[in-house]
This record gives sequence, structure tokens and C-alpha cells, in this order.
Amino acid sequence: MSIDLSMSWLIALYIFMLAAFTGHEVISRVPSILHTPLMSGSNFIHGIVVVGALHALFNASSPVEQVIGFVGVLLGAGNAAGGYVVTDRMLAMFKPSATKPAGKE
Amino acid sequence: MMQWVIELSGFAAAVLFILGLKRMSSPVTALRGIVLAGIGMVVAVVASFGYLADVSEAARPHRLANLLLAILALALGIGWAWRGGKKVPVTGMPQMVALYNGMGGGAAAAVAAAELLGPRLDSLTQVVVTALGALIGSISLAGSVIAWAKLDGRIKQAWRFRGQSLFNALVFLAALALGALVASGVVGHGGQALFFVAALAFGVLMTLPIGGADMPVVISLYNAFTGLAVALEGYALHNPALMIAGMVVGSAGTLLTALMAKAMNRSLANVLFSRFGDGGGASQA
Repeated sequence: MSIDLSMSWLIALYIFMLAAFTGHEVISRVPSILHTPLMSGSNFIHGIVVVGALHALFNASSPVEQVIGFVGVLLGAGNAAGGYVVTDRMLAMFKPSATKPAGKE
Repeated sequence: MMQWVIELSGFAAAVLFILGLKRMSSPVTALRGIVLAGIGMVVAVVASFGYLADVSEAARPHRLANLLLAILALALGIGWAWRGGKKVPVTGMPQMVALYNGMGGGAAAAVAAAELLGPRLDSLTQVVVTALGALIGSISLAGSVIAWAKLDGRIKQAWRFRGQSLFNALVFLAALALGALVASGVVGHGGQALFFVAALAFGVLMTLPIGGADMPVVISLYNAFTGLAVALEGYALHNPALMIAGMVVGSAGTLLTALMAKAMNRSLANVLFSRFGDGGGASQA
């Protein structure tokens, strides 16, 4: 086992529970005009999976593991970068100085 | 020391993600929200190169090759997605979100595949959680690609046949059964590959019959799926940042999906399974 961090499943359950309530709380009462940008924004946030993929790639010791790790990092990086650009462009439409009307999604 | 830096950056990233998402939920502060989350992402990704400092014994000789592969994968992934995101017209954005979301699901599935392949998982709970994340991530990947193809006009017709629901349910059960076999460790690499194929097949089959107009709701659902898969893989990797970011998205995405379905005057079940009864025609409207 390469990771020396021990985490009991109960602590994990607590983390999941609190994070789930956080996500729910942050999104509730959001105006419907922001639904699409928020979907895109949360799409960006789960791009953090690239960190896990990097961990997998760095610990790869066979060609198969290297291919899997490479694909994981490639996809994860695309998720994060693409999610950021699209969200940024969507939200730019909400700028007061923007020429485009705000309702357009 | 390196472990400490990685963990602290992960913590900072989680805080910045939640703050960013909070700001994105109001039109006034929305633009600063994504910048905040972006800073968190850069911090976490840069710090994760510290993993190189203590890789497993078996991977030590491959360190340089793996580093080069990582840089190449990052450059290609970021370059391609950044260009695509900048070039796409405003009307084409939803399908790009679908595509990027599918990539995230695929990345989660890849992490799961690497964990299942390697000797790193140390308890049954971890193996089961990893397999579950693989299942959800694969469904999200395949489903998102179909959603992208539909919105992009590459698949024009909703594909439906008699007994489809039953057939899909059987494919899902097959994927679950294979997942159980993988988790119990009785099948080899071939069985693992078959498990991923079954999960991907279910993602395709589940999405094909849904009409194009319903795709935004479906994309939002798969967004929540990817978040969940990332959270589960975070547990497999002992990485709280992935667990928190993934679960926040999983829960926020589920709520968003429900809100979007409600805005269309539909229930989520109606969107997903409306090919039966008169709802099927409505989904094309």
C-alpha cells in the first residue's frame, strides 16, 4: 500500500454527508437564469479528478497502467480546462458592460 | 513534507471550490466565482506533481517517463479543450459542457481502472467503492457522449424499440453483476474489461431513447453522476479534496437536475423514461 494516510470509512461518510449538504445549500434558491452556468461551473469543479489521474499515472509501473493513467490525465485536464473556458464565457454574459443581453444562455 | 504540501493544497482547493460555487449562484458575483475556483484548480494540480516525490516502489524506475507522459497529457488535454471552449459558438455551449463532463466521467473511470489493476486497494470497502465509481463514471462518459452527439445534430433520431426498458435493465444488471465479480476479485483483467464495456453500453442505451430537447436535463444528471464518481474515487485514493469537490457537485448537480426538470414542468423520471405512453411524443417538442 503506497498511501500511508489512513481514513476510516466513518470519517469518509461524515465528509460525504457534509459535502452533500454544502452542495445542496449553495445551489438552493438560485435564479433559473443561472442554471446553465452553474451546471457548467460544477462541471469544471469535478475536473479536480485530474489530480487523481495524475496520482494514478505517477504510480504506473506497467505500459497498461501508463496508458490508463495517460488517458485519465488527458480526459481530466480536458474536463477542467474546457469547463473553465465555457463557464467563463457563459458568465461573461452577466457582466453589466457586456453587449449581449444577460438572458441568453 | 511533500505529502503535507499536497494535502494542504487539496484543502485550499476545496475551500476555493465551495466559495467559487457560492459566488456563481448570484449574477452579481458569478464571474469572480469561476476565477476563484480556477485558482483552486491550479493550486491542486501544481501540488499534485509532489506525488512524484514518493511513488510506489514498482513505479520508481518509470518516474521520468511518467512525468513526461503527464506533461504531454496535460498539454494535449488543456490545449484541445481550451481551444474548443473558446471557439464554440454560444449556441453550441451545452453540448461542449456534455463533452467535457463526459471526459471527467472517463477520467474517474480511468482512475478506478488503474486502482483495480494495481495492488493499492487495501480493503473490501475500497474495492467496492472503486468499482461503484467506475460504474457511475463509465455511464456518465458514454451517456454524455451520446448527449453531445444528439445536441450537435450527429444523432437525429431518438432510438426506441419494444422492450427497450427491459433490455436496458438487463444490461444494467449485467454491469452490476460484473462489478460484483470484479469487487470480489474472482475475475481477471478480461472480466474487468467486460465490466467497463457493460457500464459504457448501459450509458449509451440509457441515453439513446431520450429526445434532444430533454438533453440539458440529462447532461445535468450526468454532471451529478461524474461528481459522484469523482467523490468515490477520492475515497479510493484517500484524497479528501476529490471527495469534497465531487460530492458537492454530486449533490448540487442532483438539485440542479431536479430544478431544470421542474422548470420544464416535468419530473426527472418522466424525462428519463417518457418513451412509454404519451410522454414520448412530448419529449420531442
